[in-house]
This record gives sequence, C-alpha cells and structure tokens, in this order.
Amino acid sequence: MSDLMKLTLAGARDALRAGETTAVELTEASLAAVAASKPLNAFVHDTSEIARSQAKAADARIQAGDAPDMCGLPIGMKDLFCTKGVATQAASAILDGFKPEYESTVSQKLFDAGAVMVGKLNMDEFAMGSSNETSVYGNAVNPWKVDEHDLTPGGSSGGSAAAVAAETCLAATGTDTGGSIRQPAAFTGITGIKPTYGRCSRWGIVAFASSLDQAGPITKDVRDAAIMLEAMCGFDAKDSTSMNLPVPNFEAALTGDIRGKTIGIPKEYRVEGMPEALETLWSEGRQMLRDAGAIVKDISLPHTKYALPAYYVIAPAEASSNLARYDGVRFGHRAKLEAGDGITEMYEKTRAEGFGAEVQRRVMVGTYVLSAGFYDAYYNRARRVRALIKKDFDDVFATGVDAILTPSTPSAAFGLGEMADADPVQMYLFDVFTVTVNLAGLPGISVPAGLDSKGLPLGLQLIGRPWEEGDLLNTAFALENALGFNAKPNQWWR
Amino acid sequence: MSIDTKTAGRVAKLARIKVEEADLPALAQEFTNILGFIEQLNEVDVEGVEPMTSVTPQRLYRRDDTVTDGDQQAAVLANAPDAREGFFAVPMVVE
Repeated sequence: MSDLMKLTLAGARDALRAGETTAVELTEASLAAVAASKPLNAFVHDTSEIARSQAKAADARIQAGDAPDMCGLPIGMKDLFCTKGVATQAASAILDGFKPEYESTVSQKLFDAGAVMVGKLNMDEFAMGSSNETSVYGNAVNPWKVDEHDLTPGGSSGGSAAAVAAETCLAATGTDTGGSIRQPAAFTGITGIKPTYGRCSRWGIVAFASSLDQAGPITKDVRDAAIMLEAMCGFDAKDSTSMNLPVPNFEAALTGDIRGKTIGIPKEYRVEGMPEALETLWSEGRQMLRDAGAIVKDISLPHTKYALPAYYVIAPAEASSNLARYDGVRFGHRAKLEAGDGITEMYEKTRAEGFGAEVQRRVMVGTYVLSAGFYDAYYNRARRVRALIKKDFDDVFATGVDAILTPSTPSAAFGLGEMADADPVQMYLFDVFTVTVNLAGLPGISVPAGLDSKGLPLGLQLIGRPWEEGDLLNTAFALENALGFNAKPNQWWR
Repeated sequence: MSIDTKTAGRVAKLARIKVEEADLPALAQEFTNILGFIEQLNEVDVEGVEPMTSVTPQRLYRRDDTVTDGDQQAAVLANAPDAREGFFAVPMVVE
C-alpha cells in the first residue's frame, strides 16, 4: 500500500486511467499514511469521511470516461482555505470552531477536477511565520532529520510541505505572501510554485496581505506542479484582482527545451554568510542551464536590499486591516466578559486571547505604520520602494531575460525552537530571496537542488515573467532534469 | 526611532488588542527593533515615484450593480458566537 504513496500526481493519474489502481485504493493508502504521520503534526483537521466519498465519486467518473487530471488524487488542504462545513482556522485560536458556509474558489476548482481532500494542514497562524512555530496546533515537523532534533519544515505552508515530503498525500495546496510556498518546499526537498498575482482566485482564502497573497501547489516535482497549478488557476468574478486570461495547458509546456533562453543571475542575491554548499549549487545550476543551451548572464536588481523592509511595512499594514474583522461578533472566539464590560472591552479581550504573539505584533506594527502622522513616512514610502523593486524586474525583463536563477533560501532548515530567542527581524531574513517576487507580483518556483554539508535539502528558485508560468515551469523542468535530485527523508516517524 | 511605552500602549489601543501594563516595555522594545529595520527605507531616493497601488496594470474587475445573492440569514449567522432573533448580539453599545 505504501508504494502507492510513492507515486507522483502524473504517475497516479496515469495508473488510474489505465485501471491499475482506484481512487478508493489511493485514498485509503493516503489516509493510512496520514494516520501514521502523527509525529509530524502536519494534519490538523480530519476529513477522511469527505475523502472516502470523493474517492468513490472519482472512481465513478473515471469509469464513465470523465477523468480530469486531478481526478481521484489524494491531496492535503492548507488550513487557510475555507472548506464548506469543515473547520477552517488559519491555525488561529480566534477562529476556533469556525466552519465556513462556503467553499474557496481554489478548493472548489480542485474538487471539480476530482481531487480528494484527505485532511486540512498545519501552517503558521494567519500565514505569518517562516517556521510553522506560530500555529495554535503546535509546530509542524520536517520529515528530514540529521540527529535527534526536530527541524522546521518552514512556513507558513509548513504542514503542506511536511505532508508532501513525507508522502502522506500526493500534493498539497499552499499560499505564498512572502515566500510561504517556496521556502517550505526548499526546506523539505520538494517543489513549490507561486503563480503570478491574479492567476489564482483569493476568494475564500483567509486573507493576510491582499496585494501579496497568492495560492499555489506544493508537489513532488515540476510536472506535478504544472498539473495541479492548472487546476487551481482561472478567472473568478468574486475576486476583483483576478485576471481574466485563458489558462494555458502548463503540462504541455514541459518540453525541456530551453535552447536560446536567457537566464539572469542577480548579483544582489549573493549574501554574506551563505553556506558554501548553496553557493556551489547555485553555480552548478547556472552551468546546467548553460549546458542545456540557455544563455546565462549577470544582471542587477539594485533595490533588492529594500524588499524585506518594504514588505514588513506593507504586509503588516494590510494584515491590520484584514484582521480587523476578527472582533468576536460574527464568527470564531469571543472572550468571556466581566460585568460592566462594553463593546470595546469585548474587542480588546477577544483579540488579545485569540491572536498569538506574532500576529499581535504584526497587527500592531501595521496599525502604527497606517496611523495618522506615519502613513506617508512609512506606508507610502514603502509603496514607492515597492514600485522601484518592480521596476528593477521590468528593466531586466526588457533586456530579454526570460527567467532569473537564485537560491530559494539563505540556508537549509533550522531546528525547531532554535530561533525562539532571536529578534523577530532575524526570522524575517529567511524570506530574503523570495519576498521580492511577491512585491513584484511575479511567478516564482523552488526546485530541490541538492543537500547541504549536513545532508539537508536546499532549493534553487527561478523567477519568471508575469503570466508566463508555462515558460517558467519548462525552465524549471529542464533544471530539475539536470539536477536529478532524488533524495528522500528516512521514514523515522512511522 | 525609539518607541516609548506610552506610544506602544496607544498603538495597542488603536489595534483593539488588550496589552497588560507590565507587557508594554517589552512590546515597545520590539516595535523599536522592527521600526529600526524598516528605517532603511529612508536611504532610497523615491522622488517622483508613485506609490504602487496594483502590481498588474489593470482596473479592478467590476460587475453590474445587481443583486446576485440573498436570503442567507441563517448561513450568515451560523458561526456567530451569539445571535438572537436573526441578529448578531453584542454588549450594549449606547447607554
């Protein structure tokens, strides 16, 4: 049974169509793997009943000859996606007991394509974190290990990455506001793509920073990323920032031929203290793309240094506004009130009890930078810097660059608890290579590249032109083929 | 810039988050660190640069101003911590 979980989405799809297995068998194998993965704390809400009925329906569809690409494939759903009638908490105490009366557009699209939801996945509270340590459910744990210490799977989609890397489900949904798909994918040796802003509808996804948030898949390889992304994308009239563009066949774009493509290497992404293994992998990646026929050239993105500070103004500002809705009136937790407490006390106590420390910190920083007297100095200045960061990319693409190759993260996964005493700013630095992409609204993908000196996975990131995910996936496919990464974690949790 | 405890308290109040008096100094220190990090933005020459409103050069999608939905009272109230007679119930707002 466990062999079924070694399949990719593409492999399982083809096996289902050939009648070699059934959606029910795949789903039972996945549910068994989920049950055996408790020490990873990746799954936080059980949806096995839904999964079993979806699997039966998928088998009927396949029998009838109607088998979309995702039909019958067991996936995990990040707890940030509203799923009708199923607990949706964004890993926060303030949404305790919340069961949406509606389905997010992305999860609905996946279900329409026949996907089977085997459970809801752990994450950082409201997607705020880079280590999955801010979750009300406790830390998710990286399946990779070098000694007795548990490592972070990254964040905020830490549960999604841990679940896929541990082969408990075939793929998972993630969301990426500053790197929350690509960073955990890199930390767990798998693939994650954040599409262009506006490709996936944000409707029904619990909002963190609306101008940056974008959903995407976390998968075992690039082909799977293409298949699942296609199922998640598309115009949605319910999201006013959704782009009305046709969704191409991303899998068909995977030819592996990148001859004549131009790949840019930004000098600003070489940071102090970067491990030697990462430096080596990055230069190997360059050479591999060159060997595949691409032209590799040095480029400059001069405002890169200011991406993180701009992000830590814009994201908290938007979060403070989005999270104003959690006030104990319409849904979720409401604090117990003392005699004489009025509405203001209800808001203040509810939010103090419901939000964890990192969320409180960001909501308050956001409130500060938006407050009278500081709006121009912080918020408007950050938005101006953001315009310059986007212009850096526009300028580079205008010179004929097709994709940009960078590391995904400044290091491999760190130990859970290791950053507990660190300044919040130190934790923010783990997003240093990914956050520029969100600020510019571009597509970015992390592919597993190799292992560091301790044997932990490291990722390389490719950044593409807006709306050209197909081309980006194809370049990633060529890189993946050349890298030939196939290391897996030992299944110590079983 | 250094944030004092009074400012930290005011921000907590604006954010509608109760922070105990004793926790304000630590909070003020965290604000100071984070804002110190953000201050780097002052090094950038932003003269003549418009603040970005959207990463994609498109107008927000609009639809006709017509009713597309309705009669959802039970669904709207389904998750309320306290609902009575078809309304959300809250502590007294006006005396």
